[in-house]
Amino acid sequence: MSRWIIDHLWLIPAVPLVVSLGILSLSSTRRKSAAILAIAGQIAALAMSVFAFVPTLRTPGFRAVQNFTWFTFGNNSLHLGWLLDPLAGVMLLMITLVGLCIFVFSKGYMAGDKNFVRFFAYLSFFSGAMLGLVISNSLLLLFICWELVGLASYLLIGFWIERPSAAAAAKKAFITTRIGDMGFFLGMLWLYGRSGTLLFYDGGNGCLERAGLALLGASATFIALLIFCGAMGKSGQFPLHVWLPDAMEGPTPVSALIHAATMVAAGVFLVARVYPLFSLGAINGVTSSLTVVVWIGVTTALMAAFIAMAQADIKRILAYSTVSQLGLMMVSLGVGGVAGGMMHLLAHGFFKALLFLGAGSVIHGCHGEQDIRKMGGLRRLMPVTFSTYAIGMMALSGVPLLFSGGWTKEEILHVAAHWPASRLPYYLLLIGVVLTALYMTRQIIYVFFGDRRAASQHVHESPPVITVPLIVLASCAILFSIVLTPAWPWLHDYLTDEPVHFNFSRLIQPALFISLVLVGAGVALGIGLYRKASAQDRQRPADTDPLEFAQPQLFRFLENKMWIDELYACTVIAFSWTGARLSDWMDRNFWDRLVRGFGAIGQLFGMFTGGIDERGINAGVDEATVGARGLGRLMSAAHSGQIQTYLGVIAIGVLALLVFYAWLA
Amino acid sequence: MTPTLQVFLIVSAALFSVGLLAALSRRHAIFILIGIEMMLAAANLNFIAFWRFSPQPRPPTGVMIAIFSIAIAAAEAAVGLALVVAVYRHYRTTNVDHLDQLKG
Repeated sequence: MSRWIIDHLWLIPAVPLVVSLGILSLSSTRRKSAAILAIAGQIAALAMSVFAFVPTLRTPGFRAVQNFTWFTFGNNSLHLGWLLDPLAGVMLLMITLVGLCIFVFSKGYMAGDKNFVRFFAYLSFFSGAMLGLVISNSLLLLFICWELVGLASYLLIGFWIERPSAAAAAKKAFITTRIGDMGFFLGMLWLYGRSGTLLFYDGGNGCLERAGLALLGASATFIALLIFCGAMGKSGQFPLHVWLPDAMEGPTPVSALIHAATMVAAGVFLVARVYPLFSLGAINGVTSSLTVVVWIGVTTALMAAFIAMAQADIKRILAYSTVSQLGLMMVSLGVGGVAGGMMHLLAHGFFKALLFLGAGSVIHGCHGEQDIRKMGGLRRLMPVTFSTYAIGMMALSGVPLLFSGGWTKEEILHVAAHWPASRLPYYLLLIGVVLTALYMTRQIIYVFFGDRRAASQHVHESPPVITVPLIVLASCAILFSIVLTPAWPWLHDYLTDEPVHFNFSRLIQPALFISLVLVGAGVALGIGLYRKASAQDRQRPADTDPLEFAQPQLFRFLENKMWIDELYACTVIAFSWTGARLSDWMDRNFWDRLVRGFGAIGQLFGMFTGGIDERGINAGVDEATVGARGLGRLMSAAHSGQIQTYLGVIAIGVLALLVFYAWLA
Repeated sequence: MTPTLQVFLIVSAALFSVGLLAALSRRHAIFILIGIEMMLAAANLNFIAFWRFSPQPRPPTGVMIAIFSIAIAAAEAAVGLALVVAVYRHYRTTNVDHLDQLKG
């Protein structure tokens, strides 16, 4: 079975894609069959992923490659291929498992939507495109799936197309990621120009293998940075992160899918996949391209964590936390911890899907309210949502020992601390850890503790179709840590192709205490600041954030996302507006006149030839027609319309021919 | 008595003439069709006769052409009858004297 799956790896993305087409052809009233079809497709993909995953466990350094020729032009032929290795294997499992939970959740969450059927078609398409992306063995095939993922995100973010804000967010997501993809595309062309192949692994000739890398030389740095532009757009890295918070306009399951299993994971995955390009010619594990990755990641992680402090929308806080965590993953990749970054990506997939679905459950319970300042006291009303959300929050904050996020964060801090180039990223990341714990504590206190506020008056727990995926994901967020601990770093060694040993003494590391202290500090600070947030304070007006009270200007700055959108509006967008206006003016006043001038010349010529036509040619033609009409009248007399007359004429004609022939002979 | 080529040719010429006469003189469209079929039959008879009395009559050639032309004649008859039916539905008559729409 496993053998067969590896030989037919393309089936894994093909099943959700075909299912998506099937659902699109259903009528919009077949809601139940659409949901069942999508969930069945996802279960099939999950089953095949498990079968594909099993053989990668048996042999260390497992790599199954299947290449085929797409088309041939001249002497060149373009090859595409599928690839199964540990990196692809774990991504397949994570995407299908998280995807399945989100699909089941959507069935309950979207039950009242009128475009329910279309929604499931898009979800299936999204998951299929992402599955194709992770098993591509060619940068071109990866790019194709990459763009399909982008298209799916555009369709889903703008799913409630009747809302202008959703349509704008979808456009923003699409265009912003397209800017990064431009770089990716250029990098791909450059890579093809230098190495002549886009296959990753091709029996020694692939562009990530020694022979291919040797052809690159110094251009590898630029190629890597151009490809990183694509990853920046997709994974929401500064300065292309602006689309990700706006993508919250889509339905909550979509946010969960974008932030956990698909889309943003693609960028980190891409860097991990083409890592040999980044690390080519590394001195002591540091290259200039990796250094750029580190600093972009640090900037993103810290900036997003600060902005998350001052947001009021429950989903927007989670969105900025995703941006921040993605920055963290990029840092990990940049400092050489590919396994650490991928581990955090996988763990993040579980707990971020959990948090978004939990937020969806809260929003569902609060009848569409998303402002955390209007919630409160949901702890007793939604016990399942609360407990699972708390698990997700602790995993995201990186609480050590019990939660998967804690172990992966420790791993990242550990590798960042040993980066030879600089210690600064490490210290900045430590600030990020405190901030993460702080803003998550703030959110959970606002939503689940304190007194009930406007939106939480008639709240009820969500139905099982919503809570069961939450429980499954919460269990994953905790149980996943089994393979992450330093005592038995199974996933780490699996990704780096090392045999795994059990060593209990490695469990206790300095990073453990550091993160314990930092997370504790963050949570304590959060409780201290926000415990009384809802209560009346003599000096502080009601419904004012304590931080806003203490530092109004700083809070305003963060609340408005550091004015980055406004900065873009008055630089990049203003620039392109000016360009558009200028070309519009040119079009109207210069080109239009030019074209009209030519038109006038044509008109003059037309008048001239018209005169000739009228006086010269027309008269002659008139004479000819009069003659032809007379002739026609003469001829038409011969046509009686009687078939038998015609037949008789034919018979006489044949007889005459015969006589003529006989006479000739 | 063995029939000679002339006998066949005379029979077929007679058949053709009868057909032609029918096609020219009858007023009913179906009879005209029958006349045309008779002329086709005369032509087929000629084919077979010339093949049979040729110097080396190989089995399939002449017969194949005759069968082929019979098949075509069948198709033509089907089309012709369909036309007659259609004409009848439209004009409520099959008398060809009244069907002079082609008159110039």
